[in-house]
This record gives sequence, C-alpha cells and structure tokens, in this order.
Amino acid sequence: MSYQRRSKDALAARVAQDIFDGAVVNLGIGQPTRVANHLPPGREIILHSENGILGMGPAPAEGQEDYDLINAGKQPVTLLAGGAYFHHADSFAMMRGGHIDICVLGAFQVSATGDLANWSTGEEGAIPAVGGAMDLATGAKQTWVMMDLLTKQGSSKLVDRCTYPLTGLACVKRIYTDLATFECSPQGLVLVDMVEGLEREALQAMVGLPLR
Amino acid sequence: MIDKIAQTTADAIGPVADGATVLLGGFGTAGMPDELLAALIGIGPRELTIVSNNAGNGDTGIAALLKAGLVRKIICSFPRSADSYVFDELYRAGKIELELVPQGNLAERIRAAGAGIGAFFCPTGFGTELAGERETRVIDSRPYVLEYPIHGDLALIKAERGDRWGNLTYRKAARNFGPVMAMAAKRTVASVHEIAGLGTLDPEAIVTPGIFVSRIVKIARTATQAGGFREAA
Repeated sequence: MSYQRRSKDALAARVAQDIFDGAVVNLGIGQPTRVANHLPPGREIILHSENGILGMGPAPAEGQEDYDLINAGKQPVTLLAGGAYFHHADSFAMMRGGHIDICVLGAFQVSATGDLANWSTGEEGAIPAVGGAMDLATGAKQTWVMMDLLTKQGSSKLVDRCTYPLTGLACVKRIYTDLATFECSPQGLVLVDMVEGLEREALQAMVGLPLR
Repeated sequence: MIDKIAQTTADAIGPVADGATVLLGGFGTAGMPDELLAALIGIGPRELTIVSNNAGNGDTGIAALLKAGLVRKIICSFPRSADSYVFDELYRAGKIELELVPQGNLAERIRAAGAGIGAFFCPTGFGTELAGERETRVIDSRPYVLEYPIHGDLALIKAERGDRWGNLTYRKAARNFGPVMAMAAKRTVASVHEIAGLGTLDPEAIVTPGIFVSRIVKIARTATQAGGFREAA
C-alpha cells in the first residue's frame, strides 16, 4: 500500500488540532510559525512571542508593517484585542515559571526519552545561535517538536542518543512528523498515529527504535 | 532640580572608558538605540564588551560599532542573522570573543544585576554545553545551573516617551530588554521620541521609573526598519 507524507501545511494542521481551547502557546521560529495559520476555529488560543508579546495576531496587511511589532523571527505581526506587551525578563519568566502551556519547536534530533537537539549541528565555522530555544524547551509545560522524520540523507531524526549539542534533557513530550506522531516517555517512544497507508513495520524500520 | 534631559546624544552618554561593558537594548532592530550607538562610535572607547540579544544587522547599529573595531567581546543569544555579515566575518577571523547565552538567562542575569542578586539557580541549559563548568544543584528533584549577574558600566536603550525625572514608556515590542538593562548599569541613557512634561506621563503606565535612568535625549522619529533572519532548523 502506498502512502503520502504530510505536507508542511498538513503537518502544521495536525499539530494545531491538538492545541486545546484556552492554551497559551509559543511557536518557535521556522516551521512551527506555520501552526498559527491552522488553529481550529472556535478555540481561543493565546500566542506568546519571546520578545514580549501575548495575544500575537497574524501578519499585517501589506503596507501596514510596524517593525516595533515583530515576532521571534523578526517578521511583522499584529496584536489581538486583549493582547499585552512586557519586557524580556517577564517574557522568559512566563516560560521558566511554567506559565506557557505548549511550545512547538523544530529539531535536528530527538531521543526516545525526549532529549532535544535543535540549536547547533556543531559544524566547523558555523555561527552559533541559541536564542530562546533552551528556555522554551525546559520551561514550557509541554514541549512539542515538529519536523520531518528523516534527514535529507534518509536517516531517522529520532535517535537513541542525540549526537548534536543538546538543547534540553528529557523535555520533549510529543513529536509530530511528516509520517507519524510519537510521544516520548522514560520507557521510549509511543506511536500515536501514522499517515494513511503506512505500515507499522515500514515505520519501525525507518525509525530503528522500539515503538510501543 | 532634577533634570535628566540632555541636548545631544554625545552629551547624554558622556565619557566612556576603554574596556567598559555596555548593555544595548533591542531585539533585532526593534528597540535598537541606533542614534546612541552612533554617538558611542563618535566617543570611541575601545576594547568594549557588548551585551545585547543580537550581534548586529547590516552596517548599522551594533554592526557599525563592530566595524569601527571598538568591541573585544560580545555576550548575546542569537548572533546569526541573514545580514549579520560584519559579526560573522570578525568571529570567523577570531577577532571577537563570543559568549553565547540562552536568551532568558541573558535577560535574567541582567535583571539579577539590577536587583542586587549575587547569583541564582536556573534550570535552562542544564546538561548542555552552554552550562559550561558552572555549579549545578538539584532542588526539589529538578536540576539547576548557577548563573551569575551581568552588570553594565553603561546601558543604552530606546524608549518612546520620557520626562525630566527619567521616567519612561516604550512602544510595542520595542520594549524588550530596555527595562532590565536600565536597572543593571551604573549609567543608563535612553533615547525617546517625545519629552513629556513632568506629571503628564500616566503614573500607572510608566514602565521604567526614573530611578533607573541617568539621562534621556530626544531623537527624531523614524520608523524601525526590518531586521534580518535566516531559518535555522
């Protein structure tokens, strides 16, 4: 039987489907930002931006950009009714203090027990940058990852132990990928769902780790 | 009489010693005190340590300071941008020292300096290479890393409105590091777009009370321009 990978938008929609009404959510830069476009109607979800915004709204209409109102990726955004601004120490207190319900981050590697590597590949000559990734991964009540399951070379980004520099230890709860959704646990990976037509054995072979 | 209003950016900043640590507000270009940075370049102190979230965009702001060869070390969370070429080149050539700090640790270490905290245990970065060799402790079964404050000799920040006592309000997300940096430096200079008469700022809306501010200076209102960003993961 054949199967289709989730497109970037389908993956974002899959993540969005699990965000509950009333949740305060931080979407990491890059792919996770796309989740904002797929939040299910009828749910009131508050988006947090590390640079001091709660109640972040969508991108402004062309010509309405205000670069004093940007997201973590430094793209112009808007503020929803009820939104608030605050300084950086408060913004990161919201993470570290466990006030953010969910953060969604990209990843290079995730271990079966939820270790995350997403800030550096340790490449020679690369300019390192960590931003708020470690604060979010460690501080949010739930850290979710969204990524392709396989690297461009075809190896699994789900690993027994991360080989890239770590962002946080045992911090990832869920992993949403283009092929399947997983939960991390102290006992290893739990399979939550798969794309239609994908056989468990085939997925198992790709991941190369025990799936419960 | 207390009058913290300076007539020029250079007067507002005053003398700056070589080797000073300078806290610079801003996240990307939002809240970046470009006009104060230009004045700092004019003053020309050398061997500076710069503390800011990013390491400059294009050729302006921090990038201009780096280009002028005034900076020995930068402490920041996210030096890499689509247009951080000035920093990138210096870093690759080994001409600038980088201390990479998780963004929340950067903010809290600065806040701690302003609040008189000697050090604090923080969970962020535990078990990662950014925790370095610092002391760790398990408190209530959660692991923490000991983090030390970052004091500034000078803080340069951008605010929106200010009065002669130094009370400040900010504009939207350009607030970012301004309030904590204002607390943490021996001398804090804020640029504002509007000088308000004493008593006309709503006391309920003042974000940085004047006690944390040494000088304010009015600058022309120009719209903040785009920052740069390159996707990582």
